[in-house]
Amino acid sequence: MSARIGVITFPGTLDDVDASRAVRYAGAEAVSLWHRDTDLQGVDAVVVPGGFSYGDYLRAGAIAARSPVMGPVVDAARRGLPVLGICNGFQILCEAGLLPGALVRNTGLRFICREIRLRVEADTAWTSAFEVGSAITVPLKSGEGRYVADAETLDRLEGEGQVVFRYTEPAPNGALRDIAGVCSTDGRVVGLMPHPEHAIDPLTGPSADGLGLFSSVLTRLTAAA
Amino acid sequence: MARVIVDVLPKAEILDPQGQAVARAMGRLGVSGVADVRQGKHFVLEVDDSVGDAELERIAESLLANPVMEEWVVRREGRQQ
Repeated sequence: MSARIGVITFPGTLDDVDASRAVRYAGAEAVSLWHRDTDLQGVDAVVVPGGFSYGDYLRAGAIAARSPVMGPVVDAARRGLPVLGICNGFQILCEAGLLPGALVRNTGLRFICREIRLRVEADTAWTSAFEVGSAITVPLKSGEGRYVADAETLDRLEGEGQVVFRYTEPAPNGALRDIAGVCSTDGRVVGLMPHPEHAIDPLTGPSADGLGLFSSVLTRLTAAA
Repeated sequence: MARVIVDVLPKAEILDPQGQAVARAMGRLGVSGVADVRQGKHFVLEVDDSVGDAELERIAESLLANPVMEEWVVRREGRQQ
């Protein structure tokens, strides 16, 4: 039986279809979860996809982080369920307290939409398919992608190996220390601003590099079973 | 009922590009002497008498502001008819 990976849709989510497609490309079953759900249907992992949940009212991801479905997601994540947050999903995981830091408006105030190279800096549930130190090419498309945290938190993240992805060039959004993605202390909850789910097939994306995140978690789940 | 105001601003050490853009626009209006602008949010809450100060603080800290990047002030504006 293949692994079942939940993909959450909030009002305003845009990238749930591509995220589900990436899950299927990796060889898992994609299970649709709705923002009002309180039952995760026994999924083995969860993807929180990108978009503009609840119109990004209040702050990006703030209302989604307090939606009904996120209660069980937070509980399960604290018990070790692998969770991947992409773009707005990353903002939601930070707002939900599953990941440290916050994401604020890009320094240039412009929405950025282009391919970008990321260095993989940590071995996590979602990056085991990559060599630490290797680089991947995926799209970045966000207006509030500037990662911030206080200096003490940033030092701790770097010291504990919780910086998962870093831009290989000065971060175009002004992210502190060029951080593109971080993880929880147990490496199971990962969030990043760029979009691996848009880079799973060279026919429709800049590379197939993004598929590695989804195959990584499948490897992890199969090993655990 | 009482009216409660919650003002939220980005922390001093957090870069505020929106505020900076507003400050630059002032220059184009011919305004001088404005050294800095910080842009934040202003919430107006109508609350009944059962909502105490501790509850208001909890609302501000857990929803209206993100303590990672923002600071906030809660103040009561007096009773409404």
